[in-house]
Amino acid sequence: MAVEERDNYTGYLTTGHEWNGIKELNTPVPRAVYFFLLIAFVFSVGYWVLMPAWPLGVSYTKGLLGLDQHNIVRDSLKRAALGRSAWTKQIEAKSYQEIQADPALMKIARQTGRTLFGDNCSVCHGLYAQGGHGFPNLTTTSWLWGGNPEAIAETIRVGINSAHPDSRTSQMPAFGHDQILQSADVDKVVAFVRSLSDPSTAKTTKPRDVDAGKEIFATNCTACHGEDAKGRSDVGAPNLTDKFWIYGGDAQTITNTLWNGRQGHMPSWEGRLTPLDRKILALYLFDQRVPTP
Amino acid sequence: MIGQLTKAERQYALLILLGIGLCGLILGIASKDDPLGIHGALIGIAALAGVFKVISIYYDPEPDDERLTRYYDDPTKFGIILAMIWAVFGLFIGDWVAWLLVKPDFTFDAGWASFGRLRPVHTTSVLFGFGGNALIATSYYVLQRTSRARLPDQLSPWFVLLGYNLFCVLAVTGYMMGITQSKEYAEPEWYADIWLLVVWVVYFAIYLRTLARRKEPHIYVANWYYMAFILVIAILHIVNNLAVPVSFGSAKSYSLFSGVQDAMTEWWYGHNAVAFFLTAGFLGMMYYFVPVRAGRPIYSYRMSIISFWGITFFYMWAGSHHLHYTALPQWVQTLGMTFSLMLLIPSWASAANALLTLNGAWDKVRDDATLRFMMVAAVFYGITTFEGSFLAIRSVNSLSHYTDWTVGHVHAGALGWVAMITFGSIYTIVPWLWKRDRMYSPRLVEVHFWLALAGAVVYVFAMWNSGIIQGLMWRTYNESGTLAYSFVDSLIAMRPYYIARAIGGLLFLIGGIVGAYNIWMTIKTESKVLPESGADAPEPVLGGEAVLQPGE
Repeated sequence: MAVEERDNYTGYLTTGHEWNGIKELNTPVPRAVYFFLLIAFVFSVGYWVLMPAWPLGVSYTKGLLGLDQHNIVRDSLKRAALGRSAWTKQIEAKSYQEIQADPALMKIARQTGRTLFGDNCSVCHGLYAQGGHGFPNLTTTSWLWGGNPEAIAETIRVGINSAHPDSRTSQMPAFGHDQILQSADVDKVVAFVRSLSDPSTAKTTKPRDVDAGKEIFATNCTACHGEDAKGRSDVGAPNLTDKFWIYGGDAQTITNTLWNGRQGHMPSWEGRLTPLDRKILALYLFDQRVPTP
Repeated sequence: MIGQLTKAERQYALLILLGIGLCGLILGIASKDDPLGIHGALIGIAALAGVFKVISIYYDPEPDDERLTRYYDDPTKFGIILAMIWAVFGLFIGDWVAWLLVKPDFTFDAGWASFGRLRPVHTTSVLFGFGGNALIATSYYVLQRTSRARLPDQLSPWFVLLGYNLFCVLAVTGYMMGITQSKEYAEPEWYADIWLLVVWVVYFAIYLRTLARRKEPHIYVANWYYMAFILVIAILHIVNNLAVPVSFGSAKSYSLFSGVQDAMTEWWYGHNAVAFFLTAGFLGMMYYFVPVRAGRPIYSYRMSIISFWGITFFYMWAGSHHLHYTALPQWVQTLGMTFSLMLLIPSWASAANALLTLNGAWDKVRDDATLRFMMVAAVFYGITTFEGSFLAIRSVNSLSHYTDWTVGHVHAGALGWVAMITFGSIYTIVPWLWKRDRMYSPRLVEVHFWLALAGAVVYVFAMWNSGIIQGLMWRTYNESGTLAYSFVDSLIAMRPYYIARAIGGLLFLIGGIVGAYNIWMTIKTESKVLPESGADAPEPVLGGEAVLQPGE
């Protein structure tokens, strides 16, 4: 039978039940609970009246404010585009030289280009565009496919060795693997190539090898890299006389490059970035360059 | 452990195990090269191990009827041990993936060790492995005491406990092999889901069969919560996992739902899993262990009742707040948001009921780390439910969604509420189950408490900071009207908080290991065995049959 007791501490009666020693007080529910429940309910009813809320078969209550998330997004996108149109139209219409001469537009290109680069390019080229193994440093003046804004924009548009029909294509043959050159000759070319950018290698290489390498280079490599080994941006062949390397300038890496060839890849961004975005990126990157040592 | 099984139950156990083994064999044969074959073998081995275990006691003498004068606690004991094993494992994986976010190379060069596979291993291990075992173990204990009736038989509690753990093992090993439905918190594939359903129905039946034989006129509120947990999880599990397997030899299945309907079903499931697994179930735990440990009556019976119905009713609507500003029609989002706001009141009423129950026992809270675990759990429950309702507001959600704030919110609930109430309950129950006068080392309970609290606070603060910074960075515009930060910028800003989070998680893990050690030593050290208390026994069964008492 239920025997109600008074709890000495709180002064409330128990419900009279006991479960394994547990008793419950018959404390009334505090007024605050009902009060806040009522407030929450009244707020909800108000919100339902104003906003889309309850289903009605195939339709729903639209709410007195007539708000709809799709329209709100569409309008705010339109407003934002309108706000930006003051400068987007100028960048679209003007030539690269005109924009570069305009400090206000260049400030925008720097701001916007940094985010565009971070969200689209940094995965390969690094957040600060300094590249990494296999991915070129874009902050130098040494560009595979030309470093003026127009050339940069075109590379972004079509990509390198990509699926785009106008893709830039280039391939460094596997001179060793495909037996175009003998192993010993590869070593000589490596010695010559290293001497172009790093005079200190003279201490560890024999002058005879470097000279022999130069001759082999002249017959096999100049078609792409040029007589002076400074590269040719129309075929995407890198300058070998500067300190800028995509895969590495040490003897082992250059040997690997000669032996197995190289064929870098960059996707085409035509389908993913608007012409305006690509133009901003080209301006941003051109602006970032520092002279290559 | 299973010595109390009667002869007939031993025979049933063998039949069931052979049936399970046969299912494993069929899956193994049908699967050919599919990873399902490994699971078939695993099921077969588990069944075989069970067969050996049953055979080893098969010819032991039949247990005498004296056992019916005591509660059946063997499955509870085993469940507590399993819960602690899962806790240490799951927390370890959790901290590993936390360090992976700091240092992405901090792993093995293998598919199973990738972040995407380890993360669900962590969530399943802690939520279902640790939390689920703790719920099953304590529910058996609480159900018997508050009903003054022994569990209906010896076999079905073991079937539920071990079957549930087989499900957890299938889930976790499956993720590592790439088997997943890609539904958050419902990742296991169709065969594991069907198995869990069988186990779950038996679990609910145990509850009903015991309650039907109860000797108390009223059903104690803890049992309401435990039953809501079992019943609603069954409903959620069935609906969200409706899927058609590619074949009976393939682990892959395709969901019945697609597009936004799939998203809505998933988050109706996902949020109610939070509601009925992580909230209702653990509130059941709270409503038993807080009053018994504090030695105080529940503050308000009435408040416990309106909170129960408030929570069960409002939670059901709230899932759509996970899909604000998505393809989900806005009216569904409105309902999810407003019901989430109303939900705060019964949630806070529950937290208040727990804390007000401690009135008159605050000196115990000061001195007793076990009770303090449960007090802090109630506080975290209050904080987390407030935060949950706040984050459900659409405009707040537009900042918080997809950021670490969500991760912080979940862990405020999981570390602060779920784990704390569980550790408090386990420290209460372990000396009773093994008839000790206290834990092996009360000081280590104290150490565990402070490690857990420090870990949870560091974790949650790190994620609040990280999440809000992340959300703000994603929506900051420069004066040209374009986004000021790239996604990578926000990742760099997160890094210090990721380190802090991983340290917080490490503290929590160390606390879990200390707890597991303390529990193990309590079981091993047999010095101070208490005599069995006469009060802790079911009402005697007259004539071998349960007799229902009339209600009042």
